This record gives sequence, C-alpha cells and structure tokens, in this order.
Amino acid sequence: MRLVSNISPGSDTFRRNQAAHAAALAEVKEAAEVAVQGGGEGPRERHLARGKLLPRDRVNRLLDPGAPFLEVGLFAAHGLYDGACPAAGMIAGIGRVEGQEVMIICNDATVKGGTYFPMSVKKHLRAQEIAAENHLPCIYLVDSGGANLPNQDEVFPDRDHFGRIFFNQANMSARGIAQIAVVMGSCTAGGAYVPAMSDVTIIVKEQGTIFLAGPPLVRAATGEVVTAEALGGGDVHTRLSGVADYLADDDAHALTLARQAVRGLNRTKPPQLATCAAEEPHYDPAEITGVVPADLKTPYDIREVIARLVDGSRFDEFKARYGTSLVCGFAHVMGLPVGIIANNGVLFSESAVKGAHFVELCSQRRIPLVFLQNITGFMVGQQYEAGGIARDGAKLVTAVATTSVPKITMIVGGSFGAGNYGMCGRAYAPRFLWTWPNSRISVMGGEQAAGVLATVKRDAIERKGGSWSAEEEAAFKQPTIEMFARQSHPLYAASRLWDDGIIDPRLSRDVLALSLSAALNAPIEETRFGVFRM
Amino acid sequence: MFRKLLIANRGEIACRVIATARRMGIATVAVCSEADRQSKHVAMADEVVLIGPAPVAESYLMGAHIIDAALETGAEAIHPGYGFLSENPEFVDAVEAAGLTFVGPTADAIRAMGLKDAAKALMEKAGVPVVPGYHGAAQDAATLSDAAARIGYPVLIKARAGGGGKGMRLVEDADGFADALSGAQREAEASFGDPAVLVEKFIQNPRHIEIQVFGDQAGNVIHLFERDCSLQRRHQKVIEEAPAPGMTQEMRQAMGKAAVEAAKAIGYRGAGTVEFIVDGGNGLRPDAFWFMEMNTRLQVEHPVSEAITGLDFVELQLRIAAGEPLPVRQEDLGIDGWAFEARIYAEDVPAGFLPATGRIGHLDFGRTAEFGRAALRADSGVRAGDEISPYYDPMIAKLIAHGPDRASALAALGHALERVEITGIVTNTEFLGALTRDRDFAAGQVDTGMIGRGAGLNEERPDADSGVTLAGLLSLAGFLTPRDEIDPWARRDGWRAWSDGRHFARAVHDGAEAGHWITIMSGGRYHIDATNGAAEWLISSDGGNRYLLERDGRRRSVSVVRTEAGVSVFDRGRRYDFTPVDPLESRGAADAADDRLIAPMPGLVKRLNVSEGDEVTRGQPLLILEAMKMEHTLTAGFDGRVVDLAVEEGAQVQSGVSLMRLEPNDG
Repeated sequence: MRLVSNISPGSDTFRRNQAAHAAALAEVKEAAEVAVQGGGEGPRERHLARGKLLPRDRVNRLLDPGAPFLEVGLFAAHGLYDGACPAAGMIAGIGRVEGQEVMIICNDATVKGGTYFPMSVKKHLRAQEIAAENHLPCIYLVDSGGANLPNQDEVFPDRDHFGRIFFNQANMSARGIAQIAVVMGSCTAGGAYVPAMSDVTIIVKEQGTIFLAGPPLVRAATGEVVTAEALGGGDVHTRLSGVADYLADDDAHALTLARQAVRGLNRTKPPQLATCAAEEPHYDPAEITGVVPADLKTPYDIREVIARLVDGSRFDEFKARYGTSLVCGFAHVMGLPVGIIANNGVLFSESAVKGAHFVELCSQRRIPLVFLQNITGFMVGQQYEAGGIARDGAKLVTAVATTSVPKITMIVGGSFGAGNYGMCGRAYAPRFLWTWPNSRISVMGGEQAAGVLATVKRDAIERKGGSWSAEEEAAFKQPTIEMFARQSHPLYAASRLWDDGIIDPRLSRDVLALSLSAALNAPIEETRFGVFRM
Repeated sequence: MFRKLLIANRGEIACRVIATARRMGIATVAVCSEADRQSKHVAMADEVVLIGPAPVAESYLMGAHIIDAALETGAEAIHPGYGFLSENPEFVDAVEAAGLTFVGPTADAIRAMGLKDAAKALMEKAGVPVVPGYHGAAQDAATLSDAAARIGYPVLIKARAGGGGKGMRLVEDADGFADALSGAQREAEASFGDPAVLVEKFIQNPRHIEIQVFGDQAGNVIHLFERDCSLQRRHQKVIEEAPAPGMTQEMRQAMGKAAVEAAKAIGYRGAGTVEFIVDGGNGLRPDAFWFMEMNTRLQVEHPVSEAITGLDFVELQLRIAAGEPLPVRQEDLGIDGWAFEARIYAEDVPAGFLPATGRIGHLDFGRTAEFGRAALRADSGVRAGDEISPYYDPMIAKLIAHGPDRASALAALGHALERVEITGIVTNTEFLGALTRDRDFAAGQVDTGMIGRGAGLNEERPDADSGVTLAGLLSLAGFLTPRDEIDPWARRDGWRAWSDGRHFARAVHDGAEAGHWITIMSGGRYHIDATNGAAEWLISSDGGNRYLLERDGRRRSVSVVRTEAGVSVFDRGRRYDFTPVDPLESRGAADAADDRLIAPMPGLVKRLNVSEGDEVTRGQPLLILEAMKMEHTLTAGFDGRVVDLAVEEGAQVQSGVSLMRLEPNDG
C-alpha cells in the first residue's frame, strides 16, 4: 500500500528543517572535502611528479567506467592526530570492477607516506570485515611505508592490530574470496605481507618495492648497501623471488592488469531474492531533510522517511495496530525486497516483541533487514520493569543478534542506550552502518547523564548534611553535558569508525540499495536463533 | 494495365519502380544475383527470381534469363530501370518477341540514339542545334586532327559508342591532340569494343541542361521542363536541380521545343531525356544550346522533375507502355517551386573519390519520405546491414529536397544532408554538404567544371568540439546506454557519497590515440579535460540515439551511433569516429622492454657466440647454455649491440642472472 505523506513541502516547518539539516550537512561536507583531498598540495605534487596517479584516480581507473563507489570510513581519523591523517591515510570502499562488486583498499602515500596510524589499521580491518562478510574480492592498491612508528604500540601488538590484516587475507583466501594486490609504491616490513599473502600480485616496475627491511634498515643491520629497486623492485620480484606475478609498466597498466585478474575470477553473484522492477519512490527522496525535524526531541512519523526511501513509496506494514512505537513492514528498494524496522518513539514491551516477531519472519523468508534507528531507549519505570521490559527487550536483541539475513542500519536520529542494541547498533554486526549528519549516539542523553551524576553527587552532599545550590548543580552538570554533546556528534563517531560513514540523508535510498546489493554477494544462510526469554 | 511487372534491375531504381507498381496494384517480380539475395529490392517485391552469380555480365545483363523469369512468373511487362539492359535494343526485340511488353521506347528509337554521331546527324536534320563537330566514319589521325583544327580548339574527343565519361578527352591545343586521341581510342576499344571517336567543340563555360520528355504510343510528345546537371565530377553528376538557375521562359520554350522535335523525329515513346550542352558564359541565350545526346530511359535524377511537376514518372511510363495516352497536355503543365537531388555514394572523397565498399551499420536519412513526392525524399536501395559490394554501383541513396524557391530548396537539401547518418562505410555526404554551401553554386553560377576547380573540396573540416568528444567517449564506455536490470550497481553515473566520479577515457580519434579525464557530475553534467580545452556539458538523451549537448546556455543535438568499430557521433553534418583502445594491447608488455639476456636456469655457458660491442640481429643465437644435459640456445630478442657482457665460455651461471644486455638500435 502506498504511504500517504502528511507533510507539505514548502511549509515553514519544512523549510526550517531543511535549513537545519543543511547546516549540519555543511559541517560534514567540509570534513569530507578534507578527507577526499588526502595529503596536502606538496605531497600531491611530489606524488604526481613521480609519474604516479593520485590514489583516488587509481581507484577511478580500476573501476568500471562510471561505476558507483560506496566508500567506507571516509571520516576515519577526522580530528585525530592533530588532523595529520585525513581519511586515516587510505581509501576503502566497494566498487564495480569487470561487473563484479569488489572491496578496494588503497593506501594514500600523500598522507604520511601511507603509514598505518591506529585508525588506519582499524579502517583496513573494517574494510576486510565487510569483504569477508559479503564475499567481496579484495584489491589492495599498496603504497605504504608500513606501521607509523611513533604510534607502534597502538598499531602492532594487539589482536585487532596490523597482524590481523594478513590473518584476514589468509582466511578470506581460504574461503575463496580473492585477494589481489597491486604494488604501486612501497610495501615495507609487515606491509610486505600484503602482496606476499595475496592470491595474485601485480607490481609496477621501477616504482613498486616489496621488502621486509628497507635499504636503511639493511645497512644498519648488515652493512649491505643496496638500492630499493635492487632490493625489492618489480624486476627482482617477478623474475627472481616470485613474490609478485605480473610486472606492469606504470600505474595505468597495473590497474588494467588488476581488472584482468578480476575478469578471471570465475565468480557469479547468487540470485537469492525475488526481485521486482525498480521504481522511484512516489515521494521525492530529496524531501527527506524537510520532513525530518532538526531537533531530535521533536517526534515525527518515521513513515515519512520510509515513503521517501522505498519503491513507489509502497509499504506493507506489519502489525500496524500493535506496539506502534516500532514500525515494521515489507518494501522494495530499487527492486530488492527488504524488511524495515523503524523507531517511532520509545520502545515498549509490545514493540520489542513485535520487532522480534518481524525479525523471525524476515529470517524465515531470507529477506534482508533495514533498521532505521531513532531511539531514546526502552521505556523505564516500575510498571515497565515489572512488566518485564528487559525480558521483551532481550527477545528483540536475541533476534537481531542471531539472525543470518543481511542487516543494514541507518541512524537517522538518536541512538541511545539499549535502544542501540535492539536496533542493530555496531555491536550487532550490521553489514553496513550509516549515519545522518543530524544523528547523535551515546549511552544516554547528555542531560540525563549529567542528571544522574548530579543526583548521585547531591545525595552524597546532602548525606553529609551539606547543601548544593541550583547554580552549583548547573555548573557541575555543564562539563558532562558538553562532553556528551561533543562525543555523540556523528563526526566524532565516524572518526572512530563506530560506523561506516556519514551520508547525506537525501542519498539514503542509493546507499541502501548499493549496500543491500553488495551484501547479496554472500549467500544468505539459514538462521539459528538463540533462546528467547519467554 | 498490367497485372504483373518484372523489374530487370536492382538497387534503388528497382525499389522505386516496385513502390509505384504496388501503389497501382500491380504485382511485382524482382530478379536478383546471388549477391543480392537479401537485398532491399528483393524484400520489397512480391516474387523474386534468381538469375545468376554476382557479376552483372552473368546476371543483370543476361537478357535471356530475365525474359525466362518473366515468362515463368507470368509477368506481362518488363521495366528495365536505368543502366544494365535499359538501352539495349536487342533486349527490347527479345522481350517483344517473347510476347512481353518492354516499358520503354522501341528498339528502333534506342538504336537511333545509341550511336552518338548518327544521332547528331539525325538531330541536325530535324532542326535541332548540335555542337559543331566531326562525326565522320574516317577515323585516321590526320582526318580527326584536321577536323579538330576546323572546329577550333579546345575540342573534346569522345567515344562514339560511349557514355559515362569513358573514352573522353579534352584537348586544349593541337600539340596534345595525338596523345589524347590514342588514349581515347584505347579506352573506347576497351570499354565498348569500338575504338571509333568523334570530335566536338569544347564549350568554355558549359552547363549541362537536359529536358525530360514523354511520348505516348499515339505519337504525342510533351516535355516536363529542364534539369540542370552541371554539378558534375568527371562527367558524373553529383547534384542535380530543376528547374535550371537563370532559365528564361524564352530559352525554356526553345529547348523544350527542340527536345520534343528530337523525340518526335524518332517516334519516341515513354520517358526520355534530351541532353543539351549550354554555354553559360553570358547568361542563358536561346541560341547557345546544342544537342548532346538522348537518354532513352528514366534518368537517375528524375525525382527532381517529379518534385516540380507533381507527377509520378514511373506511373506515366507504365501507363504509356500499357497503351494509355498521355494523361496531361503540355499547356496543363507548370513548375511548382524548385528541387535538388544529391547523390550519396560510398566513396572516399579526400582520397580522390575512391569507391568504397563495406557493410552499412547504421542508415538514417532523418525525416524523409521514400519513392514519392515530399519536401524531403530519400530514395535508397539499401538498408542498415546491407553491403556495398564492388560488383555494383556504389550509390547509397538519392536525397531530394523540394521547396518554393531555389534558396529554400538548397537550404533544405543542406539541412537534410546534415541529418544523414551512415556508419560502416565511407561516404561523400560531407562533400555534398560542402557543395550546398558553395557560394557560386548558391548564387546559381554553375558549370560543369566547378568541382574540378575545387568546389566543395576546400572547406575546412572542423575538429570535434569537446561536447562531441565527450559524447563519443561516454558512449564508447557504455555511459549512455540505458539499463533497466535490477541492479543498483549497474548505474553509470559515477555515484559517490561525497565526491564526483571520474572516468579516464581512451580512444582513437582522427587517427590519434588520446586519453581524457571525464568528471561525472550530478544531473547529467560532465566535465572533460579535452585537448582543446576543459569544458562542462549537460548531456540528455531523447531515449533514442540523439543527445542534447548543452553548454553556456547553448544547446544542440547530436546523434551517437554504436558501430562495429566503436562509436560515431554525427554533429551538424559531420561524422566523428571514436574507436576503443585495448589498454593491454596498446602497450609493450614490460618484458618486451627488457634489454637483458637472462639465464633461464642454472647452467654452463657451453658456447659464447658474441663479444662485447657486437651488432646482433633479432633471432641471432648469442650463447648456448648447457643445463640438465640439455643445450639451450639463447637468441637476441631484437636488433641491437651487445653490452655489459657478464659471462665467458665455460662459466657456470645461476638462474635469473643477466648474461648480457642488448642496446636497441633504434635508441
């Protein structure tokens, strides 16, 4: 059934909302421009002077002409390391090569020589995780000096540090997920294992180098004086060592060879959904920023968003009259069937149970799930605790945690407390997690957190017979409120890779469709749920 | 009227005749050679009879086969079209002997006009002015050169049995006569089996103006005004028009009268054309036209006369052949506006008008009608997918424009030519377009030497602008192909969440390979870093193969056609081709550039054939490496000089080491 919008575009509220979203978007866009630029003018000029293509152009020339590129972690390291590491020094994302969706991980040597900062490692691992979960062949465009030495303690030793990259390569390869490396610059020390661990490796002559220890370290260790090219250049590795398989003349040639390698993968995308002809939404997706209030505290009907995401604005709403604070239903996005779970207020027991039921339905039918998250949390209070809201919340969390269908989460508003869990927050392994510039994420609201802390403090003061003025309390609360405001900002979140990136809300439909379709590269397995607390 | 008609021809004229026959309710029989089994005329006809292999001498000139075909299929009449057997009196006799009707003049009339000198004598007798000349039987060089001197130079030597420019020579003065004569005789002998020539006065500012006539079986003859066919190249008509520019009523009457006299003198029936040479030096004067020859058939350029008279000449031919009287009288006829015809040929104009062959990929004449009266008409005997073979005339189509006056008809022809889209084959379309823009031609100052002096050939061909390059490159990369599969990843808009997609497009254009970055912006906007300047364009499709290119508020439409070789973009009458580059093929693999001779395995240098500094050639054995009891001969990969020789005979070498280098000769 086609949803009917109750919003009139062009109304004052609509325009005010648009203006507020535009301001939030502008801040993110500014950050995006810095991240897309990568290194500064100087490093970029030097990079080009060496006859190398800029990293983004490497990606562009690897992709099929005009193919989309769904970038992940663009905002990684934003505001970290004094801004020294835009986009964490690498480009990662899904694109199409030879008609197949692949994960591309491309070092940006214009950012600190492409060395791995802690966030670079996290981003690399996240990209590999996406590849592994969605069965996407990996293409590594390598141009990196290896671990960033000043940060070695946060890069090298732990489970999810540098070594995990090669662990992932080995295990993906074992699962038949192709690993292809194109060595377009340095590949030093641990980095040398990226090409060495790949199924197929291409190296650019007189430009790419692979060695466990570079000439300075070799000289320090053994006194041997050797050039980088003679130590680990393309000629050595394709002729003598066998570390690389194809010798390329230059970047462009190397990328063509990589495309050729993908062409030979003998891989098909399994058809597993009953699709229908794609159709534009009846309501323009560009209106989203006008229909969603800028202030998270203002309630609105999430169906206004759904109507601007799904094919024909048609939505088969499930259990519309029950547990109404959670909207569940079936729809299509660019012809692909999805089950949508969206917040329309605080979660009650009924809404949670309904959500769990709906996840079961979609799992049974192997229909991917889309979570539109705008949640302040589960309902609190004696009545609700006694009614077993934690029990019902647990049902939803169990269902969401254990279903095998692809899950895609979009945080379109608040993401607070246990609501984040029930609505498939990062910990619940959605295949992709996207956020809007107006979204906020934290364990609870800043006001509430400050209030909790103030209550505890006031109790302590008053227990000792002291008194605490309203002014003193306000001054006490202020830093907490400020801290929460800063830390719940989407750029703060995206910078730390709590999500895969911030998107323009008006592009949500495109992002959803690309994410869904990419996820369908992996077969949808049968679900085995955990024990539901009844 | 006949119930069934056989058309003894192929190509556009066969299609043209079939179209009228069909309109008149007459069943049609086509004949075809083996090469023409899938031709358009075969597809249009009700029945078809295969008459022989591809060469015309074994098919379309096999009169007996054609008559058999008519008898077998029950056709009552044979339309010969033009060319082939259309002016062959023996064929006419044979047709009539078989009890069939020949749609055309009598054999006697054809014979009377067949030999040019006899025809001229006949015309002179009938009071039709003829060009001063020698048409005598004596063919010795002295007689002929005396005749030339008497007529006065410059003179024209022509084959007596000829046509189409074969065996024809222009002689400027007495010194060149002997050579020209022997050349003309040789050609005449080779082409017509008869070396006899005639000598004529050469007209300095000659115009070719011809009069269309029709005679019926009752002896009535009318003329349907003149056509000017002065725009010729080596006696091949290129653009024809009706009426003739500068024609006066007095002159038209005089020429019409002469033509009717000529036809009547031989009892002519059916469609015919009396060709005159006219001295255009001082405007058209009733005393400055002379009979050249009479074509006893329908002419290629008949549509221009149809356009200005509103008559269907094939219908007239058929009615007359069926014995009906002429349906119109001379005094009923009038001239309606002006018409041009341009002949589109498969030929390479810049290469010197070389005939071209090949398969037509895409064929589109824009908004035109076919085989009937219309403001724009395109008569064609081929379709997309058809082949222009070396066996037959390489004409692709005739484009006919009709307008209220000469300027508007010429403008319409120019526009129509700009709209013509043909791929897969080289055509003269752009040359024809240039002719429509020629100033003298536009001013009506035409003569038969214009093209020889460069008309239509000196126009600068504009380079493809960045919009055309963009459209070509985008199409080549598949951007402009609409997709409807359910696949979000199939989009080609370079979608990115926070930046614009870019595409590096490589293609061969104008003989050179070039690569350009194209930035794919939102809403169908593209930015290209083209050689001739960076530019941003908005490109939108009409759903078919036409695209609107918009920049700085100016918009135009181009056509983008995918071809076997790549993509052709048609822009304002020009075709720009883009062909893809295989990025792996176009570069020397890195190995090819390796100048070292590498030991393929560990072994002993058994023999060393060269020393430092030796010049070696590709394939020359350089050394023999013995390993695992096998002898491996290593040879030079290219011509060069031995340098950095690192081994000597008897040396043991490791696998992968460089044994020597070769310095390539080409530097």
